[in-house]
Amino acid sequence: MVKVTINGIEVEAKDGSSILDAARLAAVHIPTLCKHPDVDPSAGCGLCIVKVGGRIMRSCCTPVSDGMQIVTEDEELQQIRKTVLKLILSNHPNDCLNCSRSGSCELQDMTAQMGIDQNEIIKMLSQEPKDDTTKAIVLDPSKCIVCGRCVNICQNVQNVWALSYLNRGFVTKVTGANDTKLGDSPCIKCGQCAAHCPVGAITDYDNTDKVFELLANKDYITVVQIAPAVRVALGEEFGFDFGSNLTGKIYAALRRLGFSKVFDTNFGADLTIIEEASEFVKRFTQNDHLPMFTSCCPAWVDYLEKYYPENIPNLSSCKSPHEMVGAMAKTYWAEKAGVDSSKVKVVSVMPCTAKKWEISRDETMSSSGYQDVDEVITTRELAKMIKRAGIDFKNLKEEEADNPLGEYSGAATIFGVTGGVMTAALRTAYFYITGEELGAFNFEAIEGLEAVKVAEIDIKGTKVRIAVVNGVGNVEPVMEQINQAILNGLELPYHFVEVMACPGGCIAGGGQPRVMGQRFEKPWGINDEIRKLRSCGLNCEDACAQNRLSHKNESIQKLYENYLGKPGDEKAHHLLHTKYTKRALYK
Amino acid sequence: MSEETSQACQVADKWRKKRGSLIMALHEIQGIKGYVEFKDAMDLSERMNIPLARIYEVLTFYNFFKLVAPGKAVISVCTGTACYLKGNDKVLDKFKSELKIKEGESTADGLFHLQCVRCVGCCGLAPVCVVNGKTYGRMTPEQVPAILDEWREAFKEN
Repeated sequence: MVKVTINGIEVEAKDGSSILDAARLAAVHIPTLCKHPDVDPSAGCGLCIVKVGGRIMRSCCTPVSDGMQIVTEDEELQQIRKTVLKLILSNHPNDCLNCSRSGSCELQDMTAQMGIDQNEIIKMLSQEPKDDTTKAIVLDPSKCIVCGRCVNICQNVQNVWALSYLNRGFVTKVTGANDTKLGDSPCIKCGQCAAHCPVGAITDYDNTDKVFELLANKDYITVVQIAPAVRVALGEEFGFDFGSNLTGKIYAALRRLGFSKVFDTNFGADLTIIEEASEFVKRFTQNDHLPMFTSCCPAWVDYLEKYYPENIPNLSSCKSPHEMVGAMAKTYWAEKAGVDSSKVKVVSVMPCTAKKWEISRDETMSSSGYQDVDEVITTRELAKMIKRAGIDFKNLKEEEADNPLGEYSGAATIFGVTGGVMTAALRTAYFYITGEELGAFNFEAIEGLEAVKVAEIDIKGTKVRIAVVNGVGNVEPVMEQINQAILNGLELPYHFVEVMACPGGCIAGGGQPRVMGQRFEKPWGINDEIRKLRSCGLNCEDACAQNRLSHKNESIQKLYENYLGKPGDEKAHHLLHTKYTKRALYK
Repeated sequence: MSEETSQACQVADKWRKKRGSLIMALHEIQGIKGYVEFKDAMDLSERMNIPLARIYEVLTFYNFFKLVAPGKAVISVCTGTACYLKGNDKVLDKFKSELKIKEGESTADGLFHLQCVRCVGCCGLAPVCVVNGKTYGRMTPEQVPAILDEWREAFKEN
């Protein structure tokens, strides 16, 4: 620890921490547009300047040292910051009224805070067109302030390398290699760039209008489902604290929006577990293409297809939960309800931008004879729809989901948190192997936000080695370890591996709200504290659930009895499983 | 497999074991063929295990690197201090209007590439232009058409 003085206040800061971070200990906020808790400092924006012993330094990349005398605010610093901000604003359009980030934009917030009510610097705006080729995220270079957060996240955190800088100086732009469109690049649509963009330069591929059109068309029976992570994040858009579980209110809001039936992706999560745990038990006992990787994260699937095509046989063939619900809605439910499948439209509300890509990734996504899921909107887009429809979300009475595709166990709801899928699968796999239920429901070693978590689970004498990876950028060493063992015929380090592309899992997905709240006054989008609070929201629901086991979900049991037969049987396989293809990094 | 023997692959294999050698490899490719095209960058990316995005960050950061084939005659107009003060900006304008291209571009017939350089080391001859290694000193805009014709003739003979 070192002692520093910030604006006359003495604080003790950790050795090596930056002045920017140390200032927070003294309740001092230094402005920045490029530094984010999830990335290393890049000294990009130049707004975080402070005076150290009279010299002006960038606080994001200057470590504290003992006895430092730091001044964060004086007239000169404010003037310089204003000039820097005006220069940034001089090539940023004044489009706030039409911008989806209005109200949660860091640049807008800072401009207001610094009292810049006019800008004498001549506007020089980029004429670059938008890139919406991924149909999942939209990159608008005209709004980009080249802070570099997205590039940092894409390259150094996610290890995807779709985004990069092109050219230098004034004409620098953020794009794919050689100006490749993102749809033709290694982009896996995880949306972490959008989750970290301080402005409206990277946003959702907006489907809200299409969903309103579906709802307005009375020929259709439009049904909806919400992913686990949506329920503990949507509230942030309406003034609820981080991690508040608002499942009942969300169901109510969806009914008011006009959806004919309100289903829950958690039902699909339980269904996934039945299929995936059966698949794992079979593959484990037959030593068939181990380790098995989870397949519910479409960004991870895309990543593996691009970067590790040799491991395609290791992926579970199970579809992701919302795809399973889509297929069931258009077959099982449509039959039961006596409606024409062609008239059923399925909308998924997801914390994820990659899900927008997933619904048409190949022909197995149309197993019902129609595309199983018609539209995907993110949590942010649902918030927009609720606001646009004039629904007073805060004061809604809680409602229940529609059955049979609405019942779910505690095991399903934790799909939204890193380690959750593995925990849920092990609970059911344990039962399948031993015929008995687990005593304790949780596996402590795979809880929490650590990048790679490993454990050895004893299933009545059978040792199952598992790994849980969150943040696809952390998967490389695990893959190397696995592929070395496979190549050299050595004992496998793991039998079962869960991977979630976004750090923390779906609760911190690329489609989650980026808002200010009481705890965090700045719209920084996501950080580990928010990740923990949202995780807690889901873990608490599991802990309090009457049923915490997917195989005890009665609606699922009936589905197999009356419709699917046995897990992995022909019908189940056709409707609930998919296949994978090697994909080139560049088209 | 023709890729196996591509020049870019050979260059990549030479440099792959040395850390931080991307710029050297790119220099070498440009030295061989005059520019670095998409396929070369892809070959380097695969062979040297460097993301393509990083390669293009480097290629577009340094204006030394060319991404498209330059014209056969590379006209370098010095815009260093001495040459600039002696009026090479007007010589540059004359090249632009004669060739109907901007600096950094090549003519459609593939004959000429126009670029600016900072000092070629003979300020005593300012203003100076260099075409494929041949130096032209004490330039005036009026000399430009003759120089272009000289090189057109030279390529015709070949």
